[in-house]
Amino acid sequence: MDMITRRSVMLGSAAALAAGGASAQTRTQATPTAELNLPIERGATLRMLRPVRFVGPDEDVWRLNAARFSDRTGIQVRVDFVGWEDISQQTAVTANTGAGPDMIIGFNEGPHVYADKLVDMSDVADYLGRKYGGWMTVAQKYGKRHGTNSWLGLPFGATAGPMVWRKSAVNAAGYSAPPSDLPGFLELCKKLKAMGKPAGFALGNAVGDGNGFANWMLWSHGGSLLDEAGQVAINSPQTLAALNYVKELYQTFIPGTIAWGDISNNRAYAANELWLTSNGVSLYFALKNDPATRAIAEDTEHTELPHGVAGGWPSAPLTLNGMVFKHSRYPNAAKAFLAFMLEAEQYEPWLDANLGYWAHPLNAYRAAAVWTSDPKIAIFRDSMNNRFWNGYKGPITEASATASNEYLLVQMFASVASGQNSPQDAMREAERRARRIFRR
Amino acid sequence: MSATTAATWVRPKRDPSWVVRLFDWKPFLVFACLLPAVGLLTVFLTYPLGLGIWLAFTDTTIGRPGKYIGWENFEYLLEDRNWWNAVFYSVFYTGVATIGKFALGLWLALLLNNHLPFKSLLRAIILLPWIVPTVLSAIAFWWIYDPQFSILSYLAIKAGVTTENFDFINTPWSARFSLIAANIWRGIPFVAISLLAGLQTISPSLYEAALLDGSTSWQRFRYITFPMLLPILAIVMTFSIIFTFTDFQLVYAITRGGPVNSTHLLATLAFQRGIAGGELGEGAAIAVSMIPFLVFATLFSYFALARRKWQQGEGND
Repeated sequence: MDMITRRSVMLGSAAALAAGGASAQTRTQATPTAELNLPIERGATLRMLRPVRFVGPDEDVWRLNAARFSDRTGIQVRVDFVGWEDISQQTAVTANTGAGPDMIIGFNEGPHVYADKLVDMSDVADYLGRKYGGWMTVAQKYGKRHGTNSWLGLPFGATAGPMVWRKSAVNAAGYSAPPSDLPGFLELCKKLKAMGKPAGFALGNAVGDGNGFANWMLWSHGGSLLDEAGQVAINSPQTLAALNYVKELYQTFIPGTIAWGDISNNRAYAANELWLTSNGVSLYFALKNDPATRAIAEDTEHTELPHGVAGGWPSAPLTLNGMVFKHSRYPNAAKAFLAFMLEAEQYEPWLDANLGYWAHPLNAYRAAAVWTSDPKIAIFRDSMNNRFWNGYKGPITEASATASNEYLLVQMFASVASGQNSPQDAMREAERRARRIFRR
Repeated sequence: MSATTAATWVRPKRDPSWVVRLFDWKPFLVFACLLPAVGLLTVFLTYPLGLGIWLAFTDTTIGRPGKYIGWENFEYLLEDRNWWNAVFYSVFYTGVATIGKFALGLWLALLLNNHLPFKSLLRAIILLPWIVPTVLSAIAFWWIYDPQFSILSYLAIKAGVTTENFDFINTPWSARFSLIAANIWRGIPFVAISLLAGLQTISPSLYEAALLDGSTSWQRFRYITFPMLLPILAIVMTFSIIFTFTDFQLVYAITRGGPVNSTHLLATLAFQRGIAGGELGEGAAIAVSMIPFLVFATLFSYFALARRKWQQGEGND
């Protein structure tokens, strides 16, 4: 393949220029770093897929940044926005047929499933990590191949689901904020129930909220689906403790949470029927932007879910994970593009445009303006400092995604909460299903 | 002279070209005319079905092509309590919903067969639940059954019948019956309109003769209407059973198989495992496991309901 260095020099100098002029516009402190050496292939054009936006400006700023890349390098980039539920199927087709887009920004485990079809991203990741204060914990977990320092993916951001609660209700129950220990939290929920202002967490087949609740319960009691080697480890006294806790906690919930989907808690919360739940930042913005519910938004607070014995916020943020395919004819151009998009000049405006829906993967971006724009979203700033991921404590595999999408843990908890199964039976059933899912 | 020339002139006989001869050859013509249909069936029916059955014997996932593993998927399903649950509920759902649809559908057809004012308008309105796209009616029922915002709970509380929201889909048995009710609501028009068509083919002279013999209305139904309806009943029931057994949208939109897998039908379980969970091979095995049930249901309604000789064109009995 023809390599021309003139372009790479141009790209480098453009980036250097940007870094020099950036301090005036961006708040991010970049550490001076030697430029990336990516000789860009002659005549390169790029095509990428990424999930559709949460908010309008996300797409606008992304396209603007891509156009800027084209201006600087002469490389045309076509960006396609794909529905969330279609991303994993399209990634599968792209990887298996060896045709289609040069790069995809998918979710969580994507790069780990197609590891042998991807271009190594270590050089780009090392460069960005040095320049922007290092990669945050979850970014490292989702970016690196398990147990190594080589990067398969380039995390672009994540979003976590903290506890969302009504200040008035929690105060009326005699607390200034929800207790950070599990027994205290149960006590609060009992009081809320007695006041007729109940808490509620999804125990239905809800991919985001249901798995978020189940993971939190399991991890905060010290349990986990897998051990470090990836063996099924759900059968444990910690799991039993979590199941017994949920059995008691469920009695304090608003009725019907076993039938809840991802949207149910948002609706009940906005209707003043639910006073404490967990959700992404979308619930808060939906309330804030609607004049009819603005009062609820003002009464709403975000807090980390009780840690229990987890020693940190036990939540696995949904992570955007970028990958470049080996079948691309212009791998260097693709890597240069992803790196360009993560540079402060591009990334910070994009981060700000997302209003907190996505949180940064690189430490230096914690200075971005978005995190001080509204004190109630500040909690999302450190989403990627979580030490948990889907399939914790095991390696990230396709099977860990299957376990989430099959609601393995959610159904274990829901069957105990509803009294369909005893805790022992539910745990054994989850173990049986997990052994099947993680059999290879 | 010119006359003789005209008389002796014969049309020069040309040998037909090979193309013409080929198309005049009947076996080839039959083959050529069938080709488009066979092509369509192969591409859109045989190939997907064959691929589905092949996938059932592999461990393919969405991310990775699989290899042949024999009956392993089916062996796993036999010890999977969720699969047995889905088998039970599919049969239960189909059985109860079919009985409900036919009882109410037949009743409705009999009512509509009377001379009513605005008959055609009424018949058009009856068809509405069936015309509305299933997803739309499923979403409507999803709201009706919502644990917090059900219109039925709201009205019942306003009317003082109850103080708490109804539990439609939060516990297994209420969820199972709620879904069956939605399916019956959707299925009645198909049965009613089909049976109405059947009712209208019954000759009025039979009823007149029975009236002269002094029959009661129950006797007329039992000995004239019902036997004359049986052939069409058999066909409609076959279709209805197949549609109900393979139902997907209602269940997936309203409960997603919940609470805790208690309302999974085989079709929704196959989708859940194969597409959402990514285990294509196992999902295909679940889909294939529906085939014996469907064959049995079809044979049953054919032989149980349509076994009279005259229905098979062999004269009256």
